[in-house]
Amino acid sequence: MVELSEKMTTNVETERNTSTLQMTMLLVAIGCLMAAPLFFYPIFLMKLLCFALFACAFNLLLGYTGLLSFGHATFFGGAAYFTAHAMKEWGVTPEVGVLIGVAGAALLGLVVGFVAIRRQGIYFAMITLALGQMFYFFCLQAGFTRGEDGIQSVPRGYLFGFVDLGNTTNMYYFVLAVFVVGVAIIWRFINSPFGMILKSIRENEARATSLGYSVARYKLGAFVMSAALTGLAGGVKALVFQFATLTDVGWQMSGEVILMTLLGGIGTLIGPIVGAGLVVTLQNYLATSDFPVTIITGIVFMVCVLLFRRGIIGELHASRLGKKLGF
Amino acid sequence: MTTIFGIPMQALFGQLLIGLINGSFYALLSLGLAVIFGLLRVINFAHGAQYMLGAFVAYLLLQYLGIGYWAALIVAPLIVGLFGAVVERTMLSRLYKLDPLYGLLFTFGLALTIEGTFRYLYGASGQPYAAPTQLGGGTNLGFMFLPNYRGWVVVVSLLACLGTWLLIEKTKLGSYLRAATENPVLVQAFGVNVPLLLTFTYALGAGLAAFAGVLAAPVYQVSPLMGTNLIIVVFAVVVVGGMGSIMGAIVTGYMLGIAEGLTKVFYPEASNIVIFVIMAIVLLLRPAGLFGRDA
Repeated sequence: MVELSEKMTTNVETERNTSTLQMTMLLVAIGCLMAAPLFFYPIFLMKLLCFALFACAFNLLLGYTGLLSFGHATFFGGAAYFTAHAMKEWGVTPEVGVLIGVAGAALLGLVVGFVAIRRQGIYFAMITLALGQMFYFFCLQAGFTRGEDGIQSVPRGYLFGFVDLGNTTNMYYFVLAVFVVGVAIIWRFINSPFGMILKSIRENEARATSLGYSVARYKLGAFVMSAALTGLAGGVKALVFQFATLTDVGWQMSGEVILMTLLGGIGTLIGPIVGAGLVVTLQNYLATSDFPVTIITGIVFMVCVLLFRRGIIGELHASRLGKKLGF
Repeated sequence: MTTIFGIPMQALFGQLLIGLINGSFYALLSLGLAVIFGLLRVINFAHGAQYMLGAFVAYLLLQYLGIGYWAALIVAPLIVGLFGAVVERTMLSRLYKLDPLYGLLFTFGLALTIEGTFRYLYGASGQPYAAPTQLGGGTNLGFMFLPNYRGWVVVVSLLACLGTWLLIEKTKLGSYLRAATENPVLVQAFGVNVPLLLTFTYALGAGLAAFAGVLAAPVYQVSPLMGTNLIIVVFAVVVVGGMGSIMGAIVTGYMLGIAEGLTKVFYPEASNIVIFVIMAIVLLLRPAGLFGRDA
């Protein structure tokens, strides 16, 4: 992805001057999210946060490692199944249920990643898509997923054994906490030495290899990390909606998360969050009409690719206002 | 009744035939993908949608203009090819200088739009399309009963594959195409109109997909979603074969179709995923694909 590289060279000096400003913006954003349930429908907000985390985790791979996965629904939907199954059949507490989802998604990520990183670029996309479809058929036939019905009426349980997540307000703040922790992990990860090496692989894989880095191992690490965080989003989503179905593992879901990331801005930290917000809002709006979402989705895809490949946040960063804010 | 490995011969040959038919479609579609990728460096995600468009154009021609199967077999690919040419000229051609992933994302969006539109207009359920009367009925081959239309599909798609291979490997136009694949700038310097060649190639690929769609219309029903699941399988076929050679794409298509048919006989539960499993094994053993040149 040639264009991604343009804005990665930030001046360290200006970064320090503007860091207070960005910190203020961050605190304001978190404050807004804390107050949001007073103004919006909480379930909608929780859905939004889950998809925003999903898109951020996906962007970890596409934006910072340059790998386009077309099969991320596997980890999202897979974790939703694992969490739902653990909650319903084993009666574990929500935090354990979500962790089981994360562990399952990471394991799936290890297997899929191991096969897929053998090819690059366009082949990588096709391989992940094919493996994602394979997992879809597996979920269709496996017993514990209950086929077409999915796992219904999953209990939300008591967080740490005493906080009732059946209460919508409690649930909302749990989801918000998971979201903030998830995004913080991603931020820490991409700014770590590991993340720097990933960026160097994205920019020039051959050179990273010649510098002595085991490129395949780093790619696999990034893939598993992305899958695990995707699983975090998927597991929490299963708790929010109290079901896990085939919709979450289908290729359409993989396409949706690509759209969110592309629309918001590939390779930016908050781009995927903005993209997810827009896509989820649009879907919510169109859900009441009989006009199919896929047409809009498809058109937005084409327009994004043809006209603004940097995405909304990417364009903002490149604009004069963005420069002033120190992006 | 005769049996092989405890499986009735009739069932075995029946599934082999279905495998051969599926393989014909895999071969035709992966061939088109390989031709487009060879020159444009774009993975055409809309290939499944163009296959669906071919079937739908044939269906609509019959419904509204009374144009039958035989004419549709030629007219529908031309219409879809023309549509492909317009898309390539107005939009896709702007993306050649970018990372190939953008081409994939663009055609993915195109596929969603086309399929969404047809689903909106015609619903998700399938429309029946009758096989031509000349090819009705079947032939008793002694060991099995062969519906004539299915035999026709296998023969015609083989001919179409061979025809495309000859076009690319043995004609003047094909030599231009191959030369432009190697070095487009040099070919342009020799006075060949490379942009036109690119448009023609995309139209050819789209036309091939539509041709497969018309062939498929009487076998499966004509439905807006008929191409979506197919294209993912075809991607796996392409990964197994590697996109290096035209012949490789054809051979892999038939091979995997037959492998799928055999799995249906011996272990039906796995028949949906067998191609993906084969893909994973091939990637582990030979990452470049069976016929691939690049690693």
